[in-house]
Amino acid sequence: MSRPLLEARGLRKHFPLRGGVLQRTRAWVRAVDDVSFEVAPGETLGIVGESGCGKSTLARVILRLIEPEAGVLRFDGEDVRAASPSRMKRLRRDMQLVFQDPYASLNPRLTIEDAIAFSLLVHGTPRREARERACAMLGRVGLDPGLHGRRYAHELSGGQRQRVNIARALVLDPRLLVLDEPVSALDKSVQAQVLNLLQDLKSERALTYVFISHDLNVIEYVSDRVLVMYLGEVVETGTAEALAQSPKHPYTQALFASAPSMDPDRRMDRLPIAGDPPNAIDPPSGCRFRTRCAFAMPRCAEVPPRLVPVGATHEVACYLYAAEPAPVA
Amino acid sequence: MAVSVALGEAPVVAVTPMSYWRTVGWRLSRDRATLLAGGVLLLIALSAVLAPWIAPYDPSAGSIRLRLAEVGAPGHVLGTDEQGRDMLSRLLWGGRMTLVAGLTPVLVALVLGAGLGVAAGYVGGITNTLIMRTMDIFYAFPAVLLAIAISGALGPGLANTLISLSIVFVPRVVRVAESATVQVKGLEYIAAARASGAGVRAIVRHHLLANVLGPILVFASTQVSLSIILAAGLSFLGLGVTPPAAEWGLMLNTLRQSIYVNAIVPALPGLAIFVTSMAFNLLSDGLRDAMEIRG
Amino acid sequence: MWVYVGRRLLLAIPTLLGASIIVFAMVHLAPGDPISAVMPAESSQAEIEATKRAYGFDRPLPVQYLVWLGRVAQGDLGKSVATRRAVILDVRDALANSLVLALSSSLLAFVLGMAMGLLAAFRQGRALDKLASAVAVVGVSVPHYWAGIILIIVFSVQLNWLPAMGAANDPGVVEYLRHIVLPTVALALIPLGVITRVVRSAALDILNQEFVLALRAKGLGARRVFAHVVKNSAPQILTVLGLQFGFQLGGSVLVEAVFSWPGTGYLLNLAIFQRDIPVLQGVILVLATFFVLLNLAVDLLQTLIDPRIARH
Repeated sequence: MSRPLLEARGLRKHFPLRGGVLQRTRAWVRAVDDVSFEVAPGETLGIVGESGCGKSTLARVILRLIEPEAGVLRFDGEDVRAASPSRMKRLRRDMQLVFQDPYASLNPRLTIEDAIAFSLLVHGTPRREARERACAMLGRVGLDPGLHGRRYAHELSGGQRQRVNIARALVLDPRLLVLDEPVSALDKSVQAQVLNLLQDLKSERALTYVFISHDLNVIEYVSDRVLVMYLGEVVETGTAEALAQSPKHPYTQALFASAPSMDPDRRMDRLPIAGDPPNAIDPPSGCRFRTRCAFAMPRCAEVPPRLVPVGATHEVACYLYAAEPAPVA
Repeated sequence: MAVSVALGEAPVVAVTPMSYWRTVGWRLSRDRATLLAGGVLLLIALSAVLAPWIAPYDPSAGSIRLRLAEVGAPGHVLGTDEQGRDMLSRLLWGGRMTLVAGLTPVLVALVLGAGLGVAAGYVGGITNTLIMRTMDIFYAFPAVLLAIAISGALGPGLANTLISLSIVFVPRVVRVAESATVQVKGLEYIAAARASGAGVRAIVRHHLLANVLGPILVFASTQVSLSIILAAGLSFLGLGVTPPAAEWGLMLNTLRQSIYVNAIVPALPGLAIFVTSMAFNLLSDGLRDAMEIRG
Repeated sequence: MWVYVGRRLLLAIPTLLGASIIVFAMVHLAPGDPISAVMPAESSQAEIEATKRAYGFDRPLPVQYLVWLGRVAQGDLGKSVATRRAVILDVRDALANSLVLALSSSLLAFVLGMAMGLLAAFRQGRALDKLASAVAVVGVSVPHYWAGIILIIVFSVQLNWLPAMGAANDPGVVEYLRHIVLPTVALALIPLGVITRVVRSAALDILNQEFVLALRAKGLGARRVFAHVVKNSAPQILTVLGLQFGFQLGGSVLVEAVFSWPGTGYLLNLAIFQRDIPVLQGVILVLATFFVLLNLAVDLLQTLIDPRIARH
């Protein structure tokens, strides 16, 4: 089996909450807790979860825009966390990020041509060549460089801006693209176009995607494999079909149940979910989902469940499927 | 290449968009009040620069015989002061002093303050705390008081006035610069630039400065009129420019006793300060309106 | 919220300390031997040495600072070089006079400023707005010491209605009021301009909010809209008012110089003229302390009115 393009083991990022007169650290927001996954070259890994589950933090950790406290991160076998600043700069050509907010992610003072060319200029491409490649990229994402190149961000629509973001990310010829809710801010009709563009680009350029979204339908549409996150932890992972056919974790089941569906077999009568969503500041002990879980058992409150296989590539972190609690780490 | 036409996206007409600064210039050219203020300032600046050539008399030469002549007196269009020196000449020469004392501190504060503020805002952490708390200490004094305190310690003279006024204005610019930088730093296009591999210098140069300079510039322009009033005020108190030099605030002070004899002449230097200050205020108002990002 | 109060109080302390360092340093920044700042010129060498030891000028600077700070904390601001009286006494009297002037001109600026600002906002774009805005720009641009001189020329010299100088010589409220009118007006001009503009801008922001437009479309009475605008713009206006009051206290130097009003500004002016450093230090320290405490009070008051402002 070929080496995974991206490999993460035990990634952890906690944010301190300061308060009190002297601004002491009162509590920790456990945004990303012990997250592990692999992405094979050429596949799309979808990461799904509600707001506040740590997806965006994870996206930034992968690109080292935020430094994790613990964990291993490997890109094509190379340890990313140990990379020197100059090595990191080189690595950034290979891993890029498409942001969620099409409005805030473009510098209002730069023409979109310049915004795209900037990435190339940073890496030493001569000015003329950078501009030419930027224009070519603009054309590839469906915007006429002659018409739009000299425009400013505020003159474009949301869908157009997102195309610019994609162009900016791809102009460096990366191998991995992390997309943080790339279509969430767009109208449904525009979403479809942008998603199709992304699929075309992926096959054209042999890209690997990590696609983050809270919208299950979108995730299903684009992903080969899916990671489900809840409050900073991975609760289930498997192929898109496996999760859609037989979601194992109660949270995954709830997600699929609440997603609008044309398939009558998918609709459930009773939602396996109850209670209020807690926050990541003081997550419940043991399994974090237990306060909303209809199947919660006493041992769910003691030790957090580990991921156990329930199929070929299907894993779940839930005591409904584990024989006994894992030994304390 | 084909025009981008798709569901939900209207076809785009080919129009040459104006760059941001062209838009600012265009807006300014339409604002009558600002244009008027600009014209007045230009006039004042020109007369100050050309003073050595257009002043009819030597500003320090006067004869007691002619003291406190009225406006419109023969040979002295604007009258004479308490030592018989021609008012028009002294006003022209005084303009140079006042403008220098008013503009220089703001320029110094702009450069220093922007540098410190952007550094504090971008680097954050201890650097930020150190810089901002130090500025807070200076902010504890009302401007007039701080200017007097420092000038009082350093002594009179133009150089000392420039130093003390610069110290007054730097903390204010630093505050605006830091706040703008922190706000821009959190925006996603900065994160995108980092993701592209750009280093701190590239980001600051290409992305941060352009977006941060606007508010800083507008703020600095609002401080000019205050600087002029303060500089003249310091001279008025005897802390700024020293006699026999001509400076509007100083002239106001020395002519003060003469208001019982001649009502109009003592008011003239103050009128000059007032007009200059108002012109700068109108200009900075217009600049702020023109630089607003709309659309 | 009390956490925020605690934090602000805590932050005020280093600010005050820093300000005191600046004031202390003034003596040593001044050209010449600091001893000459506290002794008359014709003292003998022996007197100078004795005074040096008495003032502690022979000890290292940080020690001098701490000694000075200790004395200041107990209310001892030293003795005036010129009058030999305790500085604290003169400062106290002067402060009272300045406070009266600052309060009265703040009141004037606030009342007129609110009126004009609200008028301008509610009649936006029309003649009244343009007039009010023009007056505001004039107010902000005018050098108040010059305005004072003009007022004297018009009202004292030409018309002889109001006195030009000093606090009242004859006792009585009317006399006092007559003397305070012109300085009050002169000092109020700049704050008037600032307050008008801020009130107008804040009121316009609120009036243009969508839900207010919706309410007005539904026919909500002008009175209720007015009350709503006033209530919501209160924090901003309060901040500006506080700042302007501080400005007036500090900026009264120039106006008091023009009118010979016996306040801190007058004292300051005198001290500058006489190179009386202890008085200079004393006045500036007291005024700066006042300013810091005033800012603190304004911040805390704001938090009470609008709890959203307190962060962390």
